[in-house]
Amino acid sequence: MNSGKKAEPRRNDIPGRGVRVPGQKLDMKTVKRVLSYLGAYKLRLAAVFACIIISALAGVYGASFLKTLIDDYVKPLMAQENPDLSGLKWEIIKLGIIYACGALASFGMNRLMVTVAQSVLKNIRQTMFARMQRLPVKYFDTHNFGDTMSRYTNDTDTLRQLISQSIPQVVSSLCTVIATFSAMLVASVWLTLFVVVTAFAMMLLVKALGGKSGRYFVKQQQSVGKVNGYIEEMINGQKVIQVFTREAETVEGFDELNSELCGNAAKANIFANVLGPVMNNLGHLQYILIAVLGGVLAIYFPATGLTLGGIMAFLQLSRSFTNPVNQVSQQINAVVMSMAGAKRIFELMDEEPETDDGYVTLVNVRRGEDGGLIECGERTGLWAWKHPHGDGTLTYTELKGDVRMSEVDFGYVPEKIVLHDVTLFAEPGQKVAFVGATGAGKTTITNLINRFYDIADGKIRYDGININKIKKADLRRSLGMVLQDVNLFTGTVMENIRYGRLDATDEECIAAAKLANADSFISVLPDGYQTMLEGDGSGLSQGQRQLLAIARAAVADPPVMILDEATSSIDTRTEAIVSKGMDGLMQGRTVFVIAHRLSTVRNSDVIMVLDKGRIIERGDHARLIAEKGQYYRLYTGAFELD
Amino acid sequence: MIKKLLRSVRDYKGHSIAAPLFICGEVVMEVIIPTLMASLLNYGVKPGDMGYILKMGAAIAGCCIISLFFGVAAGRSAAIASTGFAKNLRHDMFSRIQSYSFRNIDKFSTSSLVTRLTTDVNRLQDAYHMFIRVAVRAPAMLLFSLIMAMRLNLKLSLIFLGAIPVLVVGLYLIMSHAHPVFERIFKTYDKLNRVVQEDLRGIRVVKAFVREDKETEKFDEVSEQIAADTIKAEKILAFNAPLMQMTVYICIMLICWFGAKLIIAGGSGMQEGDLSALLQYTMQILMSLMMLSMIFVMLTMSRASAERICEVLDEESTILSPKEGAVTEVKDGGIVFENVSFAYHPGKDVLHNVNLNIPSGANVGIIGGTGSSKSTLVQLIPRLYEVGEGKVTVGGVDVRDYDLQTLRDSVAMVLQKNVLFSGTIKENLRWGNEDATDEQIKDACVAACADEFISQFPEGYDTYIEQGGSNVSGGQKQRLCIARALLKTPKILILDDSTSAVDTRTDALLRATLAKTAPGMTKLMIAQRISSVQNCDMIIVLDNGYINGIGTHSELLQNNVIYREVYESQVKGGGEE
Repeated sequence: MNSGKKAEPRRNDIPGRGVRVPGQKLDMKTVKRVLSYLGAYKLRLAAVFACIIISALAGVYGASFLKTLIDDYVKPLMAQENPDLSGLKWEIIKLGIIYACGALASFGMNRLMVTVAQSVLKNIRQTMFARMQRLPVKYFDTHNFGDTMSRYTNDTDTLRQLISQSIPQVVSSLCTVIATFSAMLVASVWLTLFVVVTAFAMMLLVKALGGKSGRYFVKQQQSVGKVNGYIEEMINGQKVIQVFTREAETVEGFDELNSELCGNAAKANIFANVLGPVMNNLGHLQYILIAVLGGVLAIYFPATGLTLGGIMAFLQLSRSFTNPVNQVSQQINAVVMSMAGAKRIFELMDEEPETDDGYVTLVNVRRGEDGGLIECGERTGLWAWKHPHGDGTLTYTELKGDVRMSEVDFGYVPEKIVLHDVTLFAEPGQKVAFVGATGAGKTTITNLINRFYDIADGKIRYDGININKIKKADLRRSLGMVLQDVNLFTGTVMENIRYGRLDATDEECIAAAKLANADSFISVLPDGYQTMLEGDGSGLSQGQRQLLAIARAAVADPPVMILDEATSSIDTRTEAIVSKGMDGLMQGRTVFVIAHRLSTVRNSDVIMVLDKGRIIERGDHARLIAEKGQYYRLYTGAFELD
Repeated sequence: MIKKLLRSVRDYKGHSIAAPLFICGEVVMEVIIPTLMASLLNYGVKPGDMGYILKMGAAIAGCCIISLFFGVAAGRSAAIASTGFAKNLRHDMFSRIQSYSFRNIDKFSTSSLVTRLTTDVNRLQDAYHMFIRVAVRAPAMLLFSLIMAMRLNLKLSLIFLGAIPVLVVGLYLIMSHAHPVFERIFKTYDKLNRVVQEDLRGIRVVKAFVREDKETEKFDEVSEQIAADTIKAEKILAFNAPLMQMTVYICIMLICWFGAKLIIAGGSGMQEGDLSALLQYTMQILMSLMMLSMIFVMLTMSRASAERICEVLDEESTILSPKEGAVTEVKDGGIVFENVSFAYHPGKDVLHNVNLNIPSGANVGIIGGTGSSKSTLVQLIPRLYEVGEGKVTVGGVDVRDYDLQTLRDSVAMVLQKNVLFSGTIKENLRWGNEDATDEQIKDACVAACADEFISQFPEGYDTYIEQGGSNVSGGQKQRLCIARALLKTPKILILDDSTSAVDTRTDALLRATLAKTAPGMTKLMIAQRISSVQNCDMIIVLDNGYINGIGTHSELLQNNVIYREVYESQVKGGGEE
């Protein structure tokens, strides 16, 4: 039962949606790529753009309307005895129509954008997952679990914000700014100049404050990491804490980290919070300055043509100029962050997929009258490799389970070879066992047979066919695998067993469970075979999970089986029963067994003793005992495994 | 529920109250400004009175500065209050979890507890932050703006009274339609994450069974559902902006029309500047309504998190020390089980009517198949689980009468699924005894056969253990865990399959040294290997929760079928161990 098998410690947490560190540079390549996803919706986006423009123009028209109202109607009409309001009435109806257009346009924009954004996200998400399924095992062994997970959570979420919020907002802000700017220029050049200068100054301030807050957010994130790590470790060891009555000390340790986090989080949030009121009030200041300045211009420089209505309109306009400018500058951080997220998503998509040049496929066959093999659709219990040749002919080779490795060298990283010159052969129907200490290379050999990893040097032949020629999916379909670390999926017990063969009937699944000796514990579960398993079957004991995994492999009924420490948590008596059942199932088929417990491997046909990546002994139990070598020492307990 | 959560505010009450007060100040200033501005326009710009313009300008600037002060203070208080609230909440939850019994822990999965402590608390922190900032701001803004608007012109303000209900009803309709869809989306997101998580974790299984397409199918199905639901929900939300705009626009039009009429007619005191101020108030009033609807959404969105947190806080520990008269001394290591039955799920007994009498100092082996409830049996002794029926006594006293700390300090248990914590070997071992001297630590390690490999590490006892003990082998980890338990110098030591990864020779050595180091200690040892238990004074054979046989090795070999079968399964094929 060794648990330190995996080279890479995996983190099982999903990092909470945290604030990412702002301040990265915008990567134009990523921007282009995100836009290319949007490209599929050109027509709709064009419509969205049109809507944005209409909406912006309506807003500007509304803000400038005050000038018309005051200067063209109120003032002249005030002077009249019997003012005629019909002109004003029409003016207001006109305004109403324009407003209605604006509102309609913004409604249209929102509706259109929703579909575009969600479709794009769906595409990205699904492409990412589909691509991930094609990645080699190596990727998963070398990448942190939580890190990959966060591409589906955090990164996709920032991308969602980008597409459904930031982009439309930036575009619409820009349109509003341009439209407002033109209107302001018409109203007063000088005041416009003033607004532009002050708006720019405000933007600089936003940036400075944002930067300060960003630094504290980095610190906050570090504390979050520490606190989450502590929580994870302690909750995982909760039972040990109880057994040792260390509850108080554990809380103490937690409080320390918790306070640190609180301090940093408070600072980061203070800066972020202050930004709002600062911008708001600077906006007010700018507003009164415009009023004062406008007053000065109107009173002392009548040549500028600035009227009361003009000033009032300008005040309204300045609002719709400054607000979007600030919005855009606040969006910049969000855009940069989501681009970083997008980049990570694309990184995952661009990972080199598992290569598969195989062309030999696995098919069901039946034996013809002349003894030849005839391909057929149904499950016959007889398999053959369908081998197309260059000249267009097809040959069928019966699948027997003859696996030969010759002079195989392999390392997970080129600098560190873990298997040296391994030569082995498993004849059909044999039970082949690997024994050796942790790191001797037992699991590596099975990783090579099913091509989770590809060999560096040497050859592996399966029924005489180089395994590189066999389509990976078919190769793996021919190999049943039961691993030490059992992974179950959310679903019923029945569904989990059926994972081995999707078209298996309930009866077949139950039969497999009986064979694996799992039936007895399943039947006492609350809902028997329909019991829902959640959280990787967390309600089951390790041994029960292993029995389920064996049942899952048994229902697949594979021609060759690899059992990698598959019974390490099962007691020897149950193991004996299971192994008898498996022997029955695998009659005449090849079985590879990796075990730490020698009683598991004792009745194998061939036992290979591995040491530091080399096979040092080979033979059956009796022979190896007689040889009095490493196996003998292991068996008699003179040497420690693990 | 809210009351319970608010208990975690505690020392941050001051800031939690100050923030809304400051915000009120800020709002008052913000609301005064448009009125002052109206005067500036009416009596400054219109008549061309420069002095008045400057005077009024200075007044407004003053208001801005005061408002800025209030705003910054409010932001600061809100930040401190919300992060502090989160801190206390995390503390409360974490301490609560520490008081859980095994049964409580089993109820929540580890990962769900972790999310509750992290993601859910974050979400509540955001909600609290939002709440103390906006929940006061929006209504205050609404109220003050309305008052100011009415002061400027009562008749025109009636327009708002017409507009507000329209907007409220509209927003309510939108939210009430969209909200259930959003709730569903959140659940679907959980499902999506789960699919990815299980796929990542089980990628070898997926690949070995060539189920990549099935997994992709599973993912796509959930993903499509999310997209469809989100589109549905957001299409409803898309009514939000135009509704808001239309209401604002209609208000503006009405104010312009009637306002202009009033100004032109004269005599109402209505002036051009007032029009501008009224338009400002229109924005402020309607924006605050919008904000209120947002709080509503935010709060309902965090409701699920709040519920999940409350579940943790509400979970009553099923095992507590007796309130009064708890026994604080364990006399000896004798253990008695009297008619003990136990079930994890009601009605599904996993231990049936167990009777045992283990004298103090005995050396006991327990053997039985997978699922025969060996671990369950021993976990009843330090009262990690509560018996269903019957009773367990330690040192002649019912375990329920002991102070928990006393009992557990006297009963050391090495769990099957054991854990080392990040820290040095020494730090890990000191879990057994905080004040252990280096010498005591070494002695314990010698007894647990761990000293040998520890001293081979370059840094010896100061070797850093990674989280979960991933940098030591399974056998080494087990021996460290035994040493840690030994340091408690307990009256009873329970090893739950704790030497499974240790080779037979070391296993034998370990048993020999254990017997020597603490002769008076009662030892219970669950094992899978007959060789581990065959020298025990007493071997208990468990089968499906029943005691199948008790005796010595030779007795059981003679009269116990199961024991004999296990024995044969392990020695069959020759080779004596």
